[in-house]
This record gives sequence, structure tokens and C-alpha cells, in this order.
Amino acid sequence: MKRFLLAALFFAVLVLIWEVLYRAKIWSPVLLPSPQQVAVYLKDAAVDGTLAKATVVTMRRLLIGYIIGLLVGLPLGLLTARWKLWQDTIGTLALGLQTLPSVCWVPLALLWFGQTEAAMLFVVIMGTLWSVVIATETGVRNVPPIYSRAALTMGSKRLHMWFKVILPAALPFIVSGMKQGWAFAWRSLMAAEIFVTILTGFGLGQLLHYGRELSAMEQVIGIMIVIVVIGLLADKIFFSPIEKFLHRRWGTSQA
Amino acid sequence: MQRIHRHRSSAAEELEVIAPSKLAIENVSKSFKGASGAVLALDRVSLSVAEGEFVCLVGASGCGKTTLLNIIAGLEKPDNGTVQADGKPITGPGRERLVMFQEPALFPWLNVFGNVLFGLKLKPSLTNKDRHDVAKYYLELVGLSRFERANIHELSGGMKQRVSLARALAPNPRVLLMDEPFAALDALTREQLYGDLQRIWKARNKTIVFVTHNVREAACLGDRVIVFSPRPGRIREEFAVDLPRPRDINSVDLAVHATEITKALKSFGQPEVAAAE
Repeated sequence: MKRFLLAALFFAVLVLIWEVLYRAKIWSPVLLPSPQQVAVYLKDAAVDGTLAKATVVTMRRLLIGYIIGLLVGLPLGLLTARWKLWQDTIGTLALGLQTLPSVCWVPLALLWFGQTEAAMLFVVIMGTLWSVVIATETGVRNVPPIYSRAALTMGSKRLHMWFKVILPAALPFIVSGMKQGWAFAWRSLMAAEIFVTILTGFGLGQLLHYGRELSAMEQVIGIMIVIVVIGLLADKIFFSPIEKFLHRRWGTSQA
Repeated sequence: MQRIHRHRSSAAEELEVIAPSKLAIENVSKSFKGASGAVLALDRVSLSVAEGEFVCLVGASGCGKTTLLNIIAGLEKPDNGTVQADGKPITGPGRERLVMFQEPALFPWLNVFGNVLFGLKLKPSLTNKDRHDVAKYYLELVGLSRFERANIHELSGGMKQRVSLARALAPNPRVLLMDEPFAALDALTREQLYGDLQRIWKARNKTIVFVTHNVREAACLGDRVIVFSPRPGRIREEFAVDLPRPRDINSVDLAVHATEITKALKSFGQPEVAAAE
């Protein structure tokens, strides 16, 4: 509770500084709106449904792309960890493409798929996939051989070995890869939405873009806040509990 | 105690009714490729272990005793020779012969109970209720009932090895293969575990092959102590320890046996250099 109050105080002070800067009129109010203006924009956007609609559109793209990225990346990672040929081919490809900032996929996605949902999905998948492949491969390679030896003597084989021993043992690596994949996907999706208008859905990135076009700074800042909050929530609701469980089980630091 | 002469047999011995051997190892050789060429880890090793016997393998590190244990476990294959369990060749790992390793091989993603349950879940003949009851029984046997929900990292070294023991015992293997399981523990914990292991071995009627470099430990636990010499790994001598059980590792009688075995170990002197391919 004390931690919560201190954190709340911290953010209150941030808003206060913002308000002071606004009132000092160092910058034009067009460039720096007041916290209140941003709050009003967010309230109106929430009431008329624009915000909810855009969030749904963006989250749908993100989740579908992310899940496909996971579903493809996990098996690919297992294959690259298991067979030399896969490691030399897909493994090397993954390593190379992972260093490519996922925004770089946007021009290619547009030319291939046009201004469609498919282009958005493609960018998200490319952002997720390679991190997951590499994390899974690293995780599996780092499983101490003693675990599989022990499991072998107890009669574990093939699929049972993969699902009950290798995968759980590699879980800490896989989760950090999933987290990285999520961050990459989120960033590349925002970039794609800002660059490209897609008629089938109007996402948060597009709201941000039109905020700029209309010089509606309260919209730009409001949407930025929404994007930050979504990122935080994803971490707190999804990744944090998993990481806490891993820390508790494995006994790797942290309370 | 008696020193057993391995390569002579008298008429009396030949005519003796011998208990059927649980494990029969004949002329097993195994070499590994090392940085400086091939190393002969085991050189024509023969050993038979009777049902219910407690056999200890001692020797300096690098003498191939762990390799022999892995071969019996089915985790490694010999280059030459045959290994049989109950008269059938060993072709791979099997839950009839479970291994307890020196390193912590417990699964950190499962709690204590989950670890003990792991091998039981691989026995399709059991119902879930059976599995739970069996796991509880063995946790009780090693004295860790109160810790069944604990995570592995929360346990002390001694408790971890107790859980390992329970996990190895739970699927009810006939043979237990133990690879220096107590080497990393403090003396006090070790002594407790010597008592527990002897008690459990009797109560559950297991055949145990126990690898150690600790001569006292071997004399304390083994019905027979097999002495290896290193490079190439060979069986050099074997001693029968006929002290009453349960044995106390600090007893004088035991020390006498240990001294004898240590003398044999030291007598090998410089290890021969293996010229294996």
C-alpha cells in the first residue's frame, strides 16, 4: 500500500510539473496543451467510442499477429535446437533477421500486401517470430543434459520428453523471448499504423497520425498516454505474473 | 572381511548354488575421444551383482566407475562386452534401473511432490490415486512429508538428495544406481543419509550399485566393495564387508576395513597409460 501511494504521488508530481510548465507559457499552448485539455480529449474520445474502437482494432492486429508468431516461432525454435541442418539454415536466418529493426518490414509489407490488414499482421509477425525462435533455441540448448538423462531413466521419451522436460526447463528463456517479441511487435505495429492508413480499421497509430495532421496536440499526447498504458498493462497483467511464478519456482532472485 | 580373488575359482565355489545374478557385466570395454586422443575408460570389466545386493564401486576419479554405472543404466553403450539385467541384454534406459545422480537432477519447474510424481506418471498401470499414495509414502520414507509443496531451490543440499532418492524409489525399480549421491553434502547430513539408505534398502529390498571415491562410505554401505584402478579403468580387487547392519561409519571395525581397501587403492601406484585407438 505504501509503495502504491508513493508511486501515485510520483505520477501526481509529474502531472503537476506539466501543469506548471503549461502555465509558465514557455511554449505555445498549441505545442504543449494542459493536462486538463488532454484529459478532456481522452474523455470525449472514450465517450464517443473512437478510443475503444481504435484500441480494439490495434489490439486485434497485435494479438492475432503475436499468437501466429508464437505458434510458428516455438516449433521453429525447437527444430533449430534439435537439428544441425535447421540451426544452420533457419537458425542463421533468424539471427540475421532479428537484428533487423522490425519497422524495416513496413515498406516491404505495403508493396506485397497493399494497404490491408494482411500487411499489418505481417509486420507484427515478423516482429515477434525471430525473437521467439532465437529464445526457444537458446533455451533448449541451455537445458542441463542431466534433466533429460534423469527423465530418460524414468521412461520419458520423445514427445513426453519435449513437453514435460525440455520445454518446461527452457521456460525462463522462452518467456523472456516472448516478452522481447511482444515489445518488437508492439513497436512495429505502431510504426506501421502511423505510416499507413488502412481503410478496414482505424487503429491507435492512425489516431496519433491524424492528431499530428490536425495539429491537435492534446490528441497526440492523449493517444501516446493510451499506448504507454496498454504497454504497462500487458506487462502487469500478462508477463509479470508469469515471471513472478518463474522466479518463485526457480528461485532466481526477486520477491 | 575377506579379500576375494577374482581370477581363481575353487571346486567348492564352482559347485556352490549361486543366487541368480541381477546384473551381469561381462568383458565390457569403453573408450572416449578426449583432447589427447582416445582414453580407455573401461578395460574388459566383468562384474555380477546378485538380487538384493549392495555393491560399491570405488576408485580414483577417471577410473571409469561412473561410466560403468551409465552403461548399466543404459545411458551409454559399451564398445565391447555384454551387459544384462535379469538375463536380458540392456539396450537402453529403463525404469527397472533408476539412477540417482551426484548433481542436482531435480526438475526446478516442479515442486517436491511433482518431482516424486514424475516417474510415477510414466507408469500407465497406476491410477492417479495410486500415484499420489505412492509419492506420499516415499516422501514419508525419506522424512520430507512436510515439504511436499516446497520448491526445489528452497531445500538444503541434504533435502534435495532425499527428494532425489524418493523420486528414484517411487517407480519401484528393482535396481538403484547411485553416482556419488552424497559427495556434495556435509558430514553430518551424510551420516544421517547412510542410516536412511541402509534402512530403505532393507525395507524395499533393492539391488544397489553405488559409486563413490570415499572408501569409508563404501565400507559402510556395501556388501561388496569393488576397487577400480584408473586409466585404463579396470577392476583390481574386491572386498566382502561382513559387518552387521545398520553400520555406523565411525565404528572401529569399519575403519579397519576401510584401511585395508585404501591400501589396495594406493598399491596401484602410477596409472598405466592407455594406448587405445
